[in-house]
Amino acid sequence: MPRRDDIKTILILGSGPIVIGQAAEFDYSGVQACKVLREEGYRVVLVNSNPATIMTDPEFADATYVEPLLPGPLTKIIERERPDALLPTLGGQTALNLAKALHDEGILQRFGVELIGANYDAITCAEDRDLFGAAMARAGLKMPESAIATTLDEARAALPRLGLPCIVRPAFTLGGRGGGIARTQEEFELIAGRGIEASPIGQVLLDQSVLGWGEFELEVMRDKADNVVIVCSIENIDPMGVHTGDSVTVAPQQTLTDALYQQLRDQAIAVIRAVGVETGGSNVQFAVNPETEEILIIEMNPRVSRSSALASKATGFPIAKIAARLAVGYLLEEITNDITGVTPASFEPTIDYVVVKWPRFAFEKFPGAVPTLSTHMKSVGEAMAIGRTFSQAFAKALRSRELDKPPRLETLTDQELLDGLLTPTADRYETILELLARDIGIEPVHERTSIDPWFLAELEQIAKDPQASFAGERSFKSVDTCAAEFPARTPYYYSGWERKAAHEVTRGERPSVMILGAGPNRIGQGIEFDYCCVHAAMTVRESGRDAVIVNCNPETVSTDYDTSDRLYFEPLTLEDVLGVIEVEQPEGVIVQFGGQTPLKLAAGLVEAGVPLLGTSVEAIDLAEDRGRFGELLDRLGYQAPPYATACSVDEALAKAEEVGFPLLVRPSYVLGGRAMEIVYSREGLADYLSRELPAAENQPERTSNPQNRQAPARPTIFLDRFLENAVEVDVDALCDGHEVWIGGIMQHVEEAGVHSGDSACVLPPHSLGEEMLEQIRAATRDIALGVGVVGLMNAQYAIHEGRLYVIEANPRASRTVPFVSKAVGLPLAKLACRIMLGERIAELDLPSGHEGVGFGEHVSVKEAVLPFDRFDGADSLLGPEMRSTGEVMGIARDFPTAFAKAQAAAGSPLPSAGTAFISVTDSDKPGVFAVAQILHDNGFRILATSGTAEAIARMGVPVKKINKIGEGSPHVVDWIERGEVNLIVNTPTGSGARSDGWEIRRSATAHGIPCLTTLSAGVSAARAIAQAIKLGEPDVLSLQELHGGPGSSSEAHPMTGRTLKGTGRQAA
Amino acid sequence: MSDATAYVLLEDGTRFEGEACAADAHAVGEVVFTTGMSGYQESVSDPSFAGQLITFTYPHIGNYGVSQRAMESERIWARAAIMREACNREDAPEAERGWLDWLADCDVPAISGVDTRALVRHIREAGAMRGGIFPERMSEAQAQALIAAEPSMSGLDLARVVTPEWVSVHGEGDGPLIAVLDTGIKSSIVRNLVERGARVSLYPCSTSAEQLLADDPDAVFVANGPGDPAALDYVVDTVREIVGKKPVWGICLGHQLLCRALGLETYKLPFGHRGANHPVKDLQTGHVEITSQNHGFAVLGPGGARTLQHDEPVRWDTDFGTAQLTHVNLYDRTVEGFELLDVPGGAVQYHPEAGPGPHDSLHLFDRFLERIAAA
Ligand SMILES: Nc1ncnc2c1ncn2[C@@H]1O[C@H](COP(=O)(O)OP(=O)(O)O)[C@@H](O)[C@H]1O
Ligand SMILES: Nc1ncnc2c1ncn2[C@@H]1O[C@H](COP(=O)(O)OP(=O)(O)O)[C@@H](O)[C@H]1O
Ligand SMILES: [Mg+2]
Ligand SMILES: [Mg+2]
Repeated sequence: MPRRDDIKTILILGSGPIVIGQAAEFDYSGVQACKVLREEGYRVVLVNSNPATIMTDPEFADATYVEPLLPGPLTKIIERERPDALLPTLGGQTALNLAKALHDEGILQRFGVELIGANYDAITCAEDRDLFGAAMARAGLKMPESAIATTLDEARAALPRLGLPCIVRPAFTLGGRGGGIARTQEEFELIAGRGIEASPIGQVLLDQSVLGWGEFELEVMRDKADNVVIVCSIENIDPMGVHTGDSVTVAPQQTLTDALYQQLRDQAIAVIRAVGVETGGSNVQFAVNPETEEILIIEMNPRVSRSSALASKATGFPIAKIAARLAVGYLLEEITNDITGVTPASFEPTIDYVVVKWPRFAFEKFPGAVPTLSTHMKSVGEAMAIGRTFSQAFAKALRSRELDKPPRLETLTDQELLDGLLTPTADRYETILELLARDIGIEPVHERTSIDPWFLAELEQIAKDPQASFAGERSFKSVDTCAAEFPARTPYYYSGWERKAAHEVTRGERPSVMILGAGPNRIGQGIEFDYCCVHAAMTVRESGRDAVIVNCNPETVSTDYDTSDRLYFEPLTLEDVLGVIEVEQPEGVIVQFGGQTPLKLAAGLVEAGVPLLGTSVEAIDLAEDRGRFGELLDRLGYQAPPYATACSVDEALAKAEEVGFPLLVRPSYVLGGRAMEIVYSREGLADYLSRELPAAENQPERTSNPQNRQAPARPTIFLDRFLENAVEVDVDALCDGHEVWIGGIMQHVEEAGVHSGDSACVLPPHSLGEEMLEQIRAATRDIALGVGVVGLMNAQYAIHEGRLYVIEANPRASRTVPFVSKAVGLPLAKLACRIMLGERIAELDLPSGHEGVGFGEHVSVKEAVLPFDRFDGADSLLGPEMRSTGEVMGIARDFPTAFAKAQAAAGSPLPSAGTAFISVTDSDKPGVFAVAQILHDNGFRILATSGTAEAIARMGVPVKKINKIGEGSPHVVDWIERGEVNLIVNTPTGSGARSDGWEIRRSATAHGIPCLTTLSAGVSAARAIAQAIKLGEPDVLSLQELHGGPGSSSEAHPMTGRTLKGTGRQAA
Repeated sequence: MSDATAYVLLEDGTRFEGEACAADAHAVGEVVFTTGMSGYQESVSDPSFAGQLITFTYPHIGNYGVSQRAMESERIWARAAIMREACNREDAPEAERGWLDWLADCDVPAISGVDTRALVRHIREAGAMRGGIFPERMSEAQAQALIAAEPSMSGLDLARVVTPEWVSVHGEGDGPLIAVLDTGIKSSIVRNLVERGARVSLYPCSTSAEQLLADDPDAVFVANGPGDPAALDYVVDTVREIVGKKPVWGICLGHQLLCRALGLETYKLPFGHRGANHPVKDLQTGHVEITSQNHGFAVLGPGGARTLQHDEPVRWDTDFGTAQLTHVNLYDRTVEGFELLDVPGGAVQYHPEAGPGPHDSLHLFDRFLERIAAA
């Protein structure tokens, strides 16, 4: 059946900010959908609040809206764009829920928008456990015994039938948030209560436990003629009880007989039919009892998912791309398999290698959080590895994770280790390997973990001789969907080890440039870096060279074989990368776009004689070595906060006095603000050192591990004077070694001390004078030239008591590059890449003058999204250590509106009525009444602590004084807990007295109440609220309108125009 | 990877090192590959693999051991197994024996640690050919001599080798009696017929039409099996005497023999169809099924063409009235099935009984029994 001609414009929803359970995989699927639908000649309208995505690049859609994924903005967009259809299956749970809401509110009906991919009934059937259970029963499929409860009493009533342990799963939450395993009555009450809270529809599903059964997933695709194929089977090595997102998984399944596997296949097909997903991909999860061969359906997701991205990368079968074509009417047999170029997509990939996926955790960033794994997902990213055998793939995946600190287990006794296995934790496999290396045998491990003995036997071999599986020669083989039955046209490679190397790499005459990716997503190094790598690949291709990507993150766009000319799915260790370089012989390697991961390899690569493009290793070192960088600043006449370095407790305590408290302390070896703390006194420092120095001491032991080559021989502690209540500024700039071009200056909303990655920021700066901006520009120019940057540099400043301090300069693409690019309408990463390929800034026809693109016309605000709600027990204070998983962008003609949009997109929309609590530091008191006045005029009740209350009352604004925490209950936090506060303005008062502020902030996050920590933010919020009340729902703007659509912008910037062709090999 | 103790040698001299596992012996025959990711035991016990050495493209083979119920016949028919990473696990839930121990018990040699992907790519380019696996101690010259002594697959009658010596009856349902010309039938075909209430009697493939018809079966089934259909004129003759008198149905080799009975030619595919993921389109319903495949020969279309350009159910005249193509392989567009329009009869080239493989086509057994009932 041909493509549908009755629809012209298709609306695609993204998944919003990166959060645990919804990461880059939805950028990958969204980008694929945009590409194919436009190739098919449809007009594509895209909405996503996440600026760090490739899909929100203007050239990927006809109209791109970086707006909150909420019914309000969506209604406006639908009203303007009048799409004929909405494709909701590519933006994760967020998109599904939003589509459902738009239908429930009658908006889709009102504007005649058809849901394609999955219709309303299919979505509700899969998501509503009640309906789903019924559908499965009708199809004769079994599920665990279960009950649905909307109150604790209902839950209690069901328990006797289900028994303990009992699995509690809230309806409609991401990655099982708010659920868990209740082993005791107490736990049951707690978790069930929490689950009902967490569920948007106040509903939990109580499941009979099948803990320890095997967990399997099948990726199913169906076309509208009811042809169904299974793309891939995935076996979770971790049995039922550990969320699939946190499990180490293998594709294809390893332990089921063909007979049993075919039953799963039959049932998966029955499920997709029963739920009624007309076209596209679904993920079906099973529990299998290996002894009795019982099979139970756990759930199905009627959309592309984390697992479908994994399945696509694991097999070479691009699920999202094909789902998009199916959604517009094609049949599987009408779509050709990109990889073979001759066979149709109506087949089941068969593979002749093994794929292992490892989750990447971040517990170290959430002190106090319980590091155990359960039914709700806690990992922040994943790495995938392909090998010819399970042990090759498993070992490659292990090293792909790039752990900051490997767990230390040597000192533990066998018994301690065995006990540790009883509850799954992030480092359980290290524990298992340690035990098996000690010859404990697989039986005791199996008893405690229920992991299938086949895997344990394999792990035992790895434990005893890690090198055994890498005997022979590295041999690059292709991922071809068909186990070599047909020649592969698409160059997607992995390294296996064989007796003799038999490389399948086919390399044309064109010179190639290799781009090293960012590896698994983690806090501090997320999708932004993949965005930059993808832009680098586009640019390299436009320059007439072959773009080669090396990366091991299955979620990303960079590991889509469409993105590069050759994709090598390999770990980002020096050894593995050199392996690729040996066969690829690139003209140059780019290490600047993948965050710290490739940067750490730079020195090793140069040692091995590999040509790097852009900023030299020497320059990187100059910027990263505190001492050398300090000297450079002195020479240039700029100021860093007073600092010192120390290698011992005594030295540190002594130096601390010289530098002066408060101090910001951190070990030298860490990244992303790891283990950074602010200490106010000798005691505080001594305590910190006692915790961190031991950790520092065992750094050098890790140099065996290539990724830690840079680790200093002696552990060092950095002591910086902590600048309080300083305004922080981020700058992204381009430099070609001769000239500097400032991409954007961002003013943080939170004060310095909150990691740049966690604080909201504004472009253009909302409260910096032209004179200060000029200072910042000058400093950035001098530093970039002084360091010798060729490409991108990110500089961070703190403005303290009117003076400019340099915090750091990173000679690489930064987290903010995508945000700035979207704010100013220029692709910074591409421009940087052109510079690295030899062009001069002068040749880039950049708008002259300063970073003024778009100024005056619109304001962009970036807000961070934090995962505290996922880590029970974790302290949700913001600090110099980054904790956010993702970000959103708000764009509007004025700052208040942009700010309000960002808040809404980040999940804490500003209230339009209610009660505001205000408490500000003395220096802010003069200005505070402004906030109060606006809020009062707009009908808010004002609460304030004594000092602030006086300041406000004095100006004649009615206000109610309430207690500080110190003044006893009912105090401010009680008010918040009671849900009587809708908005908080709280600017931290200097040292010591912080605690109140932090407490307030914590309970605010816990209750999702917007909390503004600077007066300017407070004023902005107040104005935004006033504006919203006056004008109602703010207007929506497409990026094409802001910066001129792909067409028109290509006149302004030839780059953007050309990339249109550069983005998909199909176009060529 | 431990030291090489055995090697694969092809008649064109291509050699791959590996480790000997299972029986300590050599084996020669046609070296073929199957792309199924599970079902190794079903494959080696499938009579259609007689005379062949199976290369498994999936690296890990033996993961779940072996068990009686996965047998596709009484014994192992494949001459050897060529693997990347063999595994001898007895502790799997359903395992009655370890895979490699079992092969050894049955005196079947096997080799592991082979770069099977490189081997498969070679076969894909050069075509399936004779070859063998040999212990390291055996010289390449000796090995080549053994390979040369092996008859090539074209023109080879292997049905005689796998067919039973005397008649056996299966199932005691009160359904129809189905007489099978047993050129090497798989247990799961018999099982699927018996499960649907049929009684199945298996005849030696040399049985004459008279003998067969004398027992007055309700239908005749022409089985799958090994070897070259062109070498089985005697079965084709038998079939020609039955078509029109009894409803007939065939699978795989049976499909090829029935096609020959209808005047179509067969030819050898470069490296065959062996796996569990080939899409086959039903030309009547337009539905695409994922099929289990295991054949080295195929049928030329009515016009003598190797591939069917269009999805039309082409018709042609036969001695038994009009016939029409019913199925096409969407991978290489070869013939996958036909149906007789004037007398009850038809066949498919692929394996609806699965064993191993997907169940998409099981409904064909129902259709067959309906046809019998209707006849
Ligand atoms: N009845 C059960 N018994 C034991 N574990 C379960 C049960 N149901 C679910 N789980 C575990 O919880 C995890 C999450 O459940 P799932 O239904 O997949 O929710 P989500 O929508 O978060 O993926 C599963 O991956 C599985 O490991
Ligand atoms: N001297 C200082 N005074 C106040 N805040 C600081 C100081 N140095 C760093 N910070 C804060 O700590 C955060 C992290 O420090 P930074 O040097 O940028 O580490 P990272 O390499 O993790 O970005 C900064 O974003 C800033 O908010
Ligand atoms: Mg799930
Ligand atoms: Mg920083």
